[in-house]
Amino acid sequence: MAVLEHLPHLPETRRGRWLALSGAALVWLGLYQLNEHLWDWILYGLLGMDPASRTTETIHFFAYDTVKITLLLVLIIFAVTFLRSYMSVERTRAILGGKREGAGNFVAAGLGVVTPFCSCSAVPAFIGFVAAGVPIGVTLSFLIASPMVNEIAIGMLLTLFGWKVTAVYVVTGLAIAIVAGWILGRLGVQRWVEPFVFETTLRGKAIDPAAGLSFDDRVHMSAEEVASILRRIWPYLLVGIGLGAVIHGWVPTDFFTTYAGPGNSLGVLVAVSIGIPLYSNAAGIMPMVQALYEKGLPMGTLLAFMMSVVALSLPEMILLRRVLKPQLLAAYIGVVATGIVIVGYLFNALLT
Amino acid sequence: MDVKILGSGCANCNNLEKATREAVDALGLEATFDHVTEPGEIASWGVMKTPALVIDDEVVLSGRVPTAETVKALLRDRG
Repeated sequence: MAVLEHLPHLPETRRGRWLALSGAALVWLGLYQLNEHLWDWILYGLLGMDPASRTTETIHFFAYDTVKITLLLVLIIFAVTFLRSYMSVERTRAILGGKREGAGNFVAAGLGVVTPFCSCSAVPAFIGFVAAGVPIGVTLSFLIASPMVNEIAIGMLLTLFGWKVTAVYVVTGLAIAIVAGWILGRLGVQRWVEPFVFETTLRGKAIDPAAGLSFDDRVHMSAEEVASILRRIWPYLLVGIGLGAVIHGWVPTDFFTTYAGPGNSLGVLVAVSIGIPLYSNAAGIMPMVQALYEKGLPMGTLLAFMMSVVALSLPEMILLRRVLKPQLLAAYIGVVATGIVIVGYLFNALLT
Repeated sequence: MDVKILGSGCANCNNLEKATREAVDALGLEATFDHVTEPGEIASWGVMKTPALVIDDEVVLSGRVPTAETVKALLRDRG
């Protein structure tokens, strides 16, 4: 919020605004291009460090990735927040209101990706959806897809691994959300939802936060979101990049292939059981994924690991416990985790 | 004037309350403040993205923390 007040106002004219935004884009591009050369020059030239030594490699990875990931985050969060400002949870609910299970699960999962939504609002959203007559299984498809198909993960996978891996991630993530929501709906889970949810009636009409925003508002909201997310996740980011750097520099190349390579049938299971309790951000996970991939871990295992970190987190489960009884919460975790494990094995089999 | 802040005690909810109190003071208005944290009650207002601001039983803002200026404008509309 404080940031918002310090932001310069965008120029009044349409031309001025595009100039300002293009200027920012050019600065971004320049920094992104310079990043590697800059650290080469500082570490090898200025400090005279040996490029072949493990310590130098670790430091280089850390410094280079910190700048690169921060730049990517700024771009991704800004662009996604701007685009999503045309959607809102209210609109999503209105769209889902008349949907039945089945088709509804498809639509809900898709909307989960494009709706501006934070897991921290999972409880009021769950109640709001159910009170508006959205079936529980459909609501769950939305709640699963939203963190699972993560926009930051999409942007980073695209830059680090290309569009094929990214497409696999998006399609399988959606598939898990659709199928998991559908299965949970079929289980007749109404009895496992806290009764007060069904007693909630909506009063008044909901306002649409996306309505009536100007272009400037949307740009400011996006800039503010960049600042607020970076402020929140930087510790996870630095720890993640640090671990990635250590793996990159110090773990022998055949270490993981020996213990968790394509030949190890338990690899995906182990990755998912580590990933579920681990609480991090997609951006914090990516440097580790990148470093582990270099060391020969198969992509399916890594995708499963990443999905389990972003889709299932302890804080969100604690929040959801307020509306879901333990049985449904356990079923939720079980079904989603099973889906992730299947995806992991499937892609290890297909991609190797 | 009756002001309600809807939100489960997150940092943004406190920021919203601060911005609203500033705006109320700056305009010299009299207002009672209420902090609603009960998820069922928040949802019953139709709010699905916290924090949200309710002025005299009407949701005027949800899902973001406005500047004190924005809140002032909202308060003036209902003054």
